[in-house]
Amino acid sequence: MAKKINRSGAGNFLGIFFLCAVACLMVLPMVYAVGNSFKPMDELFKFPPTLLPNRWVTTNYTDLFVLMGNSWVPFSRYFFNTLFITSVGTFGQIVFCSLCAYPLAMYTFPGSKFLGNLIKTALMFNGTVLWLPLFMIKAKLGMINTYWAIIIPTFGSPMGMYLMRQFMSQIPRSLVEAARIDGAGSVRIFWSIVMPQVKSAWLTLMIFSVQNLWNLGASVFIQSESLKTLPYALQQIVSTGIARQGVANAVTVIMMSIPIVTFVISQSNIIETMATSGMKD
Amino acid sequence: MANAETKAKNKAFFKDWLKYQFKEMRKNGSLYLFMLPYLLVFATFTILPVIVAMYYSFTYFNVLEPPQFIGFENYVRLFTADDLFMTAFKNTLFFAVIVGPGGYIMSLFFAWLINELGRRTRAVMTLFYYAPSLANVYVVWKIIFSSDQYGLLNGFLMNTGITLTNIKWLENVNYIVPCCLIVILWSSLGTSFLTFIAGLQNVDRTLYEAGAIDGVKNRWQELWFITLPYMKPQLMFGAVMSISGAFSVGAAITQLVGYPSQDYVAHTLIHHLEDYANQRMELGYACAIAVLLFLLQIVANKVIAKMLSKVGE
Repeated sequence: MAKKINRSGAGNFLGIFFLCAVACLMVLPMVYAVGNSFKPMDELFKFPPTLLPNRWVTTNYTDLFVLMGNSWVPFSRYFFNTLFITSVGTFGQIVFCSLCAYPLAMYTFPGSKFLGNLIKTALMFNGTVLWLPLFMIKAKLGMINTYWAIIIPTFGSPMGMYLMRQFMSQIPRSLVEAARIDGAGSVRIFWSIVMPQVKSAWLTLMIFSVQNLWNLGASVFIQSESLKTLPYALQQIVSTGIARQGVANAVTVIMMSIPIVTFVISQSNIIETMATSGMKD
Repeated sequence: MANAETKAKNKAFFKDWLKYQFKEMRKNGSLYLFMLPYLLVFATFTILPVIVAMYYSFTYFNVLEPPQFIGFENYVRLFTADDLFMTAFKNTLFFAVIVGPGGYIMSLFFAWLINELGRRTRAVMTLFYYAPSLANVYVVWKIIFSSDQYGLLNGFLMNTGITLTNIKWLENVNYIVPCCLIVILWSSLGTSFLTFIAGLQNVDRTLYEAGAIDGVKNRWQELWFITLPYMKPQLMFGAVMSISGAFSVGAAITQLVGYPSQDYVAHTLIHHLEDYANQRMELGYACAIAVLLFLLQIVANKVIAKMLSKVGE
């Protein structure tokens, strides 16, 4: 990076010092969680409590696997449910969102401005507020207690659509025009010109929807035990157990590692996508 | 006479306009096909719920009997006869006013500091600051704030002699709200934070040099006069994300202090809605709460957008 202007040495030092201090506070709870998950039972109830264990043991994790093995619904089932919902949901979301984002990003036509504004407004409120009417609608459609109650709505995600459209608007118009002059139809342009250019946006949508689903846990739309997801089952182990403090910590570490690892893998792609997310009024 | 003439003119104009629109629509026919699948799902699961909620908010509906139209009665009852609603309303606004701007400013400030770093350290720091919003580690916070001496905070305070007895952080009405705020703010560096990180990296570097020549003296002036105006679109998007987060803190609170919280000190509108929908089966009333929350968020967005348009002026 080029030499910075307008920077005082003292300011730089203070900034970095402050940044590091707060960073320690930010990661402290997570370090504590990891430490706790490797503590033997007697160290969990020790005064004064310590951040990291004196004696590292893996019994909490092995206990967790034993508990998973004793589960009434086999864990492979929870795992399958999660995999199915995530993969179908994510795939559908990417297909639906990019199909819709393409015309909105590339062309103006009657209704394009209105739709753009509609999506923008939809971003402004949090969907959790509307779970009750959503429940009524899903009940009417016969979706309650099926995978589709979770899968189908993700296809229409305003956030996915918005990010995709913003990212597509960055594609040089000349590229599309050139293809059109060469005789490519809109389907062809979409598939061979636009889609390969928005891989970062795909990946971002994918990661976001994995994270979303993972943090969703128990859903009100699914009641059958055999249709529930892995995060839910893991949380269930925590909340129903007695004196399972150690296992609970192991579950916490597993729960938080999935979204964090996915972010680490795809950080640069996500940042690239978010750079285009700006909202012009 | 003249009136009739203009009317006829208008009509002709409108007809032409319609014709033109139809022609345009026909020309772009395949584009509508592209959008159809998404729009169908979007309409069903994002727009329709708002309409359904609005409809039921004007009715008395308890699932067993068909809904009964009662006009504005639900709304009147909310503001005149429901003390707990007023508590929830105030708490929601309180949380939103602190968590929204607090999380937003924290996101911007730390993103700005991180932006000064080199490429590798920047990636690591971004991860450190963003990770809390990904990790739902309420279990850990519960141990940190645990009411006995084995909790990290109590253990530390008692070990160093700052306090002599253990404090019930999550049960004492004086501490519940501050504890919730700490945890929520800790995890509030989410999507808006990433947007700012990305936005800051994309600011045109030559602008800074030009600014230095034009008399920008220090990093604060640079931030206000060059960086922030340049990334206004990102600021706008970040605000939208922060607001929708600020009004939905209910789930985090339930995870932390349970429902209901002691003396309802952390009772929010989301809790109130769930209470009426799940426990009391007054769905019309619950829908009125949902509509109110919906409107609150839209209004907050409009106000903030107005304020943000003044940045750098």
